[in-house]
Amino acid sequence: MTSDVITLDHGSGGKIAHRLTAELLLPLFDNPVLSDLHDGAVLTLNGGTRIAFSTDTFTVTPLFFPGGDIGELAVNGTVNDVAMCGATPLYLSLALIIEEGFPMPDLKRILQSIHRAAEAAGVMVVTGDTKVVPKGAADGVFINTSGIGIIPDNVSIGSTAAQPGDKIILSGTMADHGMTILTQREGLTFESDLQSDSAPLNGMVAKILTASNNVHVLRDPTRGGVGTTLNEIAESSRIGIVLQENTLPIRPAVAGVCELLGFDPLYVANEGKLLAFVAAHDADAVLKAIQSDAFGREACFIGEVTADHPGRVVLETRIGGRRIVDMLTGEQLPRIC
Amino acid sequence: MPLHHQDEYRDPDLSRPLIEAIRQMSSRPVHLMEVCGTHTMSIFRHGIRDVLPETIRLLSGPGCPVCVTAQPEIDAFIAYAREEGTIVTTFGDLMRVPGTDSSLRKEKAAGRDIRIVYSAFDALKIAQANPDRRVVFLGVGFETTAPTIAASILAARDMHVPNFLVASAHKTVPPALQALMDNDRVQINGFLLPGHVSVILGLQAYRPFFDRYQVPCVVAGFEPADILEAIRRLVAQIESGRPQLDNAYRRAVGEDGNPKARAIMEQVFEPVDAAFRGIGIIPGSGLRIRPAYAAYDAAVQIPIQVPPSKEPPGCDCGNILIGAKTPPECRLFRKVCTPENPIGPCMVSSEGTCAAYYRFDSASPPAAEK
Repeated sequence: MTSDVITLDHGSGGKIAHRLTAELLLPLFDNPVLSDLHDGAVLTLNGGTRIAFSTDTFTVTPLFFPGGDIGELAVNGTVNDVAMCGATPLYLSLALIIEEGFPMPDLKRILQSIHRAAEAAGVMVVTGDTKVVPKGAADGVFINTSGIGIIPDNVSIGSTAAQPGDKIILSGTMADHGMTILTQREGLTFESDLQSDSAPLNGMVAKILTASNNVHVLRDPTRGGVGTTLNEIAESSRIGIVLQENTLPIRPAVAGVCELLGFDPLYVANEGKLLAFVAAHDADAVLKAIQSDAFGREACFIGEVTADHPGRVVLETRIGGRRIVDMLTGEQLPRIC
Repeated sequence: MPLHHQDEYRDPDLSRPLIEAIRQMSSRPVHLMEVCGTHTMSIFRHGIRDVLPETIRLLSGPGCPVCVTAQPEIDAFIAYAREEGTIVTTFGDLMRVPGTDSSLRKEKAAGRDIRIVYSAFDALKIAQANPDRRVVFLGVGFETTAPTIAASILAARDMHVPNFLVASAHKTVPPALQALMDNDRVQINGFLLPGHVSVILGLQAYRPFFDRYQVPCVVAGFEPADILEAIRRLVAQIESGRPQLDNAYRRAVGEDGNPKARAIMEQVFEPVDAAFRGIGIIPGSGLRIRPAYAAYDAAVQIPIQVPPSKEPPGCDCGNILIGAKTPPECRLFRKVCTPENPIGPCMVSSEGTCAAYYRFDSASPPAAEK
């Protein structure tokens, strides 16, 4: 580690965060399940049943934002991580760390939201914990959820399974969540009508898996965005990825804010989108399946997998040039002018 | 999805004939410099180098505000952050720039109150909300940012916010162009002049420079078609041997620029000799807060001790900033100096040339081979 203290970059989901995992965590805890570094762990129980198990902690400022709140995010985030293993999410744990002085009405609102989101996703909260810490020791409320789901027998989804020739589908527009949170944060004064895309994707995953047995990778591009997630897949599957710039879906308002602040939407977080790597002959069927889901209407092909340049993501620009899409390094910071 | 403004200028049908025209016209090797960091990023993001003929070599100039900020200025910013009772407010891309022995990001992690803002006016609000503390805004940037920061000082005066201070490290573009032409190590056949800066300055600001050096100059916008059109005009000037000061960004830039913004800037700031990283002292290339506004000048109000500044050993940012070297020619590039562990500012800033090469250049080896 080149830094002797933890900086916000270590939590960005980019390269610096990856190094923290690789240098501090993996050497201590390494095992065949963990080393996959997928969104969730795939465990085989006695008797052969496979379950997906995932955990995530949610900290967001502000707690309430257009399109969602921390409660909904905490349910959907874990539901999605479990679903990306090809599993049907069933059970959640819920742990709250609440700062002393936190307004009771806000807590009730968050719990209601958790309740609604769990119902919508069809999962049960089956265990939980509540801690209160002194004022200043947390920022309002932090939430941890863990989730368990069952993987159907014929399903095999993993981040190492992408194949040359696979088509890559993105289930909708990029960067809605990250740019919404950013514009809502204290200090950012311009108006915008952005909305988080927070949504449960387990219904969409079920439709995808019904449509095809040839889905190789499913991932939800949260922190670090589409660009970082694709790099992770390119690295772990040892394949190259070619994206077409003119197919990348983004709302004009989101593109405008990104442009203004010097943010690349490829590295901005999503909370209700997935990337699907599908064998070419099933790609149209899977795209239709995704588009038939309420959260996937704007799904489209964004690129494909190649045997060339393994480990690298290349973008073909609108004007016919090519450039690399590297992994995000640390947190994106707004630029000068 | 509806077509929006920037899409028009990214339309391949608009770009294709420009690329074709450039290819047909360009007969000899030329070095063109884009002076502005936003141009550098746009050129890489859209793969413009990739579609140009081999005769055209694009050099990135000293137009990334964070990159040209001299080491003693970065060290002074860090020293302000270490002062008791002080909140430092800054644009985001300064956070990771390494000073001699620290960075703002490290200082923040060590508990100093450093806040990222999007405008000097956000810093002014923070000053109003914290009347018992000094709020220092780090003023970095060119003529694009300087007018807003000047306006924030005037607002602080009008609204009686005595705890709002600005540390001005602003730089100006025309003196830097002159310094580049006077530098023997750099060979430039034409300039892509900055878009945003020219919105403020207008074409008129470059006339003395152009009259003196007679080098082809074209003001360019930021979309691929804007940049390609400007390159086409530069190549046409060079091939015909008739240099001009031309404007390929008429939808935003006029002859006089924005006189109101310039007037505010001139009311608050005065020119001062300033050090550009890599170039050294350029006469009249900095902006200092005028004595009439000394009450808002951090350099006057907060005495700080800055130990002697050291440039990072082995770092070639200086040569890269003037186009004398490209990042792959620096021996630290990719080996020691990466975005995770930047040695020089050109790697850390989102608009830095090294960061652009590292992130976008498809000629460099993939991550898997590193």
